[in-house]
Amino acid sequence: MNKTNQTSTRREFLRQSALTCGTTVASMAVIALILPDDAYAAGTTSEYDWDKHRWVYLIDTRKCIGCGSCARACRKENQVPEGMYRTWIERIAIPPEGEVHVDSPYGGEHGFEPDPPNAHVRKSFFVPKLCNHCSNTPCTQVCPVGASFETNDGVVLVDPKQCIGCGYCLQACPYGSRFMNPHTRTADKCTLCYHRITKGLPTACVQACPVGARQLGDRKNPNDPVNEILATQRVQVLQQQLLTKPQCFYLGLDMEVR
Amino acid sequence: MGHELIGFLFPNDVHIHWTLMIVLYPYVTGLVAGAFIVSSLYHVFDREELKPLGRFALAASFCFLSVATLPLLNHLGHPERGPMVVVTPNFSSAMAGFGILYASYFLVVILEIWFVFRADMIRYAAESRGFKRMFYATLALGVYDTSEEARALDHKITRILAAIGIPMACLLHGYVGFLFGALKSNPWWSTPLMPVIFLFSAVVSGIAVLIVLYQLAMKIKGMPIERETISALARWLWLFMIMSLTLELLEIMTLAYEKAEEWEVIGPLLANQLSISFISVQMVLGGLIPLILLGIVVVMGAYMDDRIRNTLSMVASLLLLMQVLAMRWNVVIGGQMFSKSMRGFRDTYVPGMFEKEGILAAAAILILPFLLLVVFERILPTFDHLGQKTGDLNLDLDSEPRLG
Repeated sequence: MNKTNQTSTRREFLRQSALTCGTTVASMAVIALILPDDAYAAGTTSEYDWDKHRWVYLIDTRKCIGCGSCARACRKENQVPEGMYRTWIERIAIPPEGEVHVDSPYGGEHGFEPDPPNAHVRKSFFVPKLCNHCSNTPCTQVCPVGASFETNDGVVLVDPKQCIGCGYCLQACPYGSRFMNPHTRTADKCTLCYHRITKGLPTACVQACPVGARQLGDRKNPNDPVNEILATQRVQVLQQQLLTKPQCFYLGLDMEVR
Repeated sequence: MGHELIGFLFPNDVHIHWTLMIVLYPYVTGLVAGAFIVSSLYHVFDREELKPLGRFALAASFCFLSVATLPLLNHLGHPERGPMVVVTPNFSSAMAGFGILYASYFLVVILEIWFVFRADMIRYAAESRGFKRMFYATLALGVYDTSEEARALDHKITRILAAIGIPMACLLHGYVGFLFGALKSNPWWSTPLMPVIFLFSAVVSGIAVLIVLYQLAMKIKGMPIERETISALARWLWLFMIMSLTLELLEIMTLAYEKAEEWEVIGPLLANQLSISFISVQMVLGGLIPLILLGIVVVMGAYMDDRIRNTLSMVASLLLLMQVLAMRWNVVIGGQMFSKSMRGFRDTYVPGMFEKEGILAAAAILILPFLLLVVFERILPTFDHLGQKTGDLNLDLDSEPRLG
């Protein structure tokens, strides 16, 4: 084999390899572009279009009676492991002087003891908590593999098939909304009952609340009563100073609630 | 677990998610970065007094680097998915940088080792027979050129790699600090000082471990402990520990003086949960005492008996190794001793002896790099070249070693 011949074969080889590599990368890119939407659309009903909804959550702390029905419903609906909480209820008791008392025995799941912890307390109320489904999420930002993500309709989810279980998102969430599921060994959190809301059902907690303290709203539905409240009343979010833009809004929050 | 909760914790905050393994991970990478920087002080900046350690420090860095991922893998809920951090990284996550940083740094270290030890590998291949010869010939990757020019080139490449390695070591370890420092959810972690503190304490631990290992290695090999080497290491260690300690104190003092909202949890945290590990161990026993001991070595070094200098620097180094470990503990565990409700604390956290991420597993991971180092030393001795003249190797090697 002479030298020229060798060079041309090599050039040919390089050209072929470049072509193969290029085609592979291009097709992978196309697959990557198509895949996410398809994959998640597959889990929902065919008529559901996630671009037509924007879920928000509204909690009226003035209505909550601390019965714990929501937390029990959540555990049952989502098989939440014992000792872990996708939602919980806090009781805040603020005496005229001295320390604020906060408690949440078993996440408030079994209700609260009737006696106030401090007899002098004149301001006491319940605050249900859950994932705030922030639109500027610190938790999805830190996920090293993108297993935690935000859906187009505004729900923050974890894909248990991708989660590596590093726990970085647990550390990044300022609200303590996430936990490590001991069975799946992956990060777990409130899904806003995505399997229900995409079928037109309310979340388990909203359905279980006997006093209507919890409401699910859809920002893209002009007739949604939650939109009316958000538009006309003074609402607050938790830890506003962190600028995570929670999509879970509160009525009647006190400055002592964190 | 036998721990008590004080005040109100968010119900999901009663668990310690990042355990002893996450304490070890920055500790081990710190040793990597520190040892590498010492090696580079010789290879790049020609600090002749560090010549005895130039190769050894590189080997130590490599051995620590080899085990650096183990604590992480042991921690992951799904270690089998660990490689996905490299395969499908989510670049908005600081952690996604890990694979790239780690892999490229590993590459630099391996390449540097190859160029530093290349002539040795060829010599060992030439001097031995059979399997051993084949082994060294394989290590040398079939290149048997030990001419003057080839070795000059080795030298040049080594210097370039060592130079590239410095910013990379800084990146690798600064990145570890960044993982903590860039989380706004945690007031004990969230500070731009965190990467810098991690970096300086990394260098401290790296130099300290080299002082200990160098003295041990010389004892074992029956070689003299060079006065200049120990003096130089002690000087560098003193400098870096002062900087590291200053930064650690600055962070606390700023928070305390500002009476920032963070202080509401950090004040009680330091006074109670971390009183022993932070104040007693990190600041006094591991901070103040080595500061004094090394100060003596540095200031009065010229009048000092070698044995006293060696002992003082050995004790200071051991204390500093403990200090840096305590610092990692205080950051990682300390940051999880309070709830994000900012109203409640755990009273203690004691890792179990036999659990998956417990004390025994941690000890095994910590011992492993030292065992690796012994093996490395067997294969590619790092001190032997010191005794020899660095003249021509004058090998009786043809283009290929005769196998068999």
